[in-house]
Amino acid sequence: MHQMHHIDVSVVLRQTLACDLYSNLVTRPTGAAVRGQIELLLGESHERAYAVIDFSQVSMIDFSCADEVVAKLLMRYVADDSPQEAYFLFRGVHDDHRDAIESVLERHGLALAIEEADGVSLLGVLTDVERRAWDAAYRIGPAAADDVARAMGAGEDETQATLDALGRRRLVMHVDGQYVAVGSSRG
Amino acid sequence: MTTVITVPPSLDDHSFEQVLEQVAPLPADAKILVDARHARWASPYGLTALLTLAQTRAERPAFAVPEHSETASYWGRAAFFHHAETLYELHGSYPKRRDLPDSNALLDITPITKSEDVHNVVGRVQERAQAIIKNELNLESKAIMGFAMTLSEVCQNIIEHAGRGGWVAVQSYRWTKRLGRRVVVIAVTDAGLGFRKSLESTPGHMPSARWDDATALEEAVIRGVSRFRERGRGQGLAGTRNYVSRWNGKLSVRSGTARISIVPPWDDDEPLAEGLPQFPGAQVQVIIPEAVVGGADR
Repeated sequence: MHQMHHIDVSVVLRQTLACDLYSNLVTRPTGAAVRGQIELLLGESHERAYAVIDFSQVSMIDFSCADEVVAKLLMRYVADDSPQEAYFLFRGVHDDHRDAIESVLERHGLALAIEEADGVSLLGVLTDVERRAWDAAYRIGPAAADDVARAMGAGEDETQATLDALGRRRLVMHVDGQYVAVGSSRG
Repeated sequence: MTTVITVPPSLDDHSFEQVLEQVAPLPADAKILVDARHARWASPYGLTALLTLAQTRAERPAFAVPEHSETASYWGRAAFFHHAETLYELHGSYPKRRDLPDSNALLDITPITKSEDVHNVVGRVQERAQAIIKNELNLESKAIMGFAMTLSEVCQNIIEHAGRGGWVAVQSYRWTKRLGRRVVVIAVTDAGLGFRKSLESTPGHMPSARWDDATALEEAVIRGVSRFRERGRGQGLAGTRNYVSRWNGKLSVRSGTARISIVPPWDDDEPLAEGLPQFPGAQVQVIIPEAVVGGADR
């Protein structure tokens, strides 16, 4: 079981700034405050959290804010001392957001799942094996490691290790003995 | 005794050095009169730097306003006198802001002292920049958002590093003298800590054998080093540098006695100027030129 959150970043931004006029995610203090709000929302559930972080109504995001909102959020929940098990699907990330988000992911060696019109894909720093394992898990839906291994034509042990690594990176969930790619319709 | 500081007729980032050459040898509490009576033109950098200059003085300086009415009107519309009134003793007649038509600047001279100011500036510029970058500079729409990001990052430098407020202005004009094309220019200046002192405040900072303003600028602008130890810091200037390179623009950052520039093929500025007259704080200029349709961009 996991608790699902839909977090509209533009709403959090307006609440944070107490102002309806701004739809731009700019400056570090703003980014830190927005991330703080997101963490509060996630902290309301004690079980595994699954959050859709929705950028649809955000006009732009600069590098500093992307570092605070995206990179630091991911880093907190992929850390060994993460406050809880949380997974993120990023929605509404358009071309104008990508430069800043990709830049901070690269800087920190992070990756995230991004939902677009034609499905979900990964953005950021991944090895080729990680990418192929995630693609296979996403394509076939919840599955055991050997099923994913077969789907990608790789060895079972290696695939399981890769899926576990993706789990630590919060890109794959491990539910009832099965691996579920973040963003998978059955996830 | 009052020392008269002559402002050159055309005031930009380079000719402002002539102003600094006159001011730098004087003690901070020396009485100065900044004489702009014969000024005819000033870039956004020139205007914001004049305000910054006043902030470096312990004694409130005097300022003789341009005699040419068109110049005075332009400076008035850019909000120069509005802010200069609080920093200088103004001499001569100049138009009051309320009597002037709206400026056609993308952003009049605006103070930056806190994070909200950056939101405000970005919000105000975004819509107008869209039309200018696409229609006048003939750049792809992707350049528009990058411009707002760049503006945001260079303004944040003041809040994060200067330790005191600064100024920003954004203007689009035809740069006949140097380029013969339209440009959009961002100028951000402050009289704060400057890059060298900012980096020196890093806990455990160990200066290299050759540690000076030029080295500090190389560290910050080229290598993305920040006074903050966090790995994610320093991305703002790196992003600005990438944006400028991508759109064939120019980035110049002056601090202390040095200026570092990312120089495009159309310009012949030196990448690193050292031994300039001392000027506190940091002064940043970003120039994005009109694209040359179907031709080499030189």
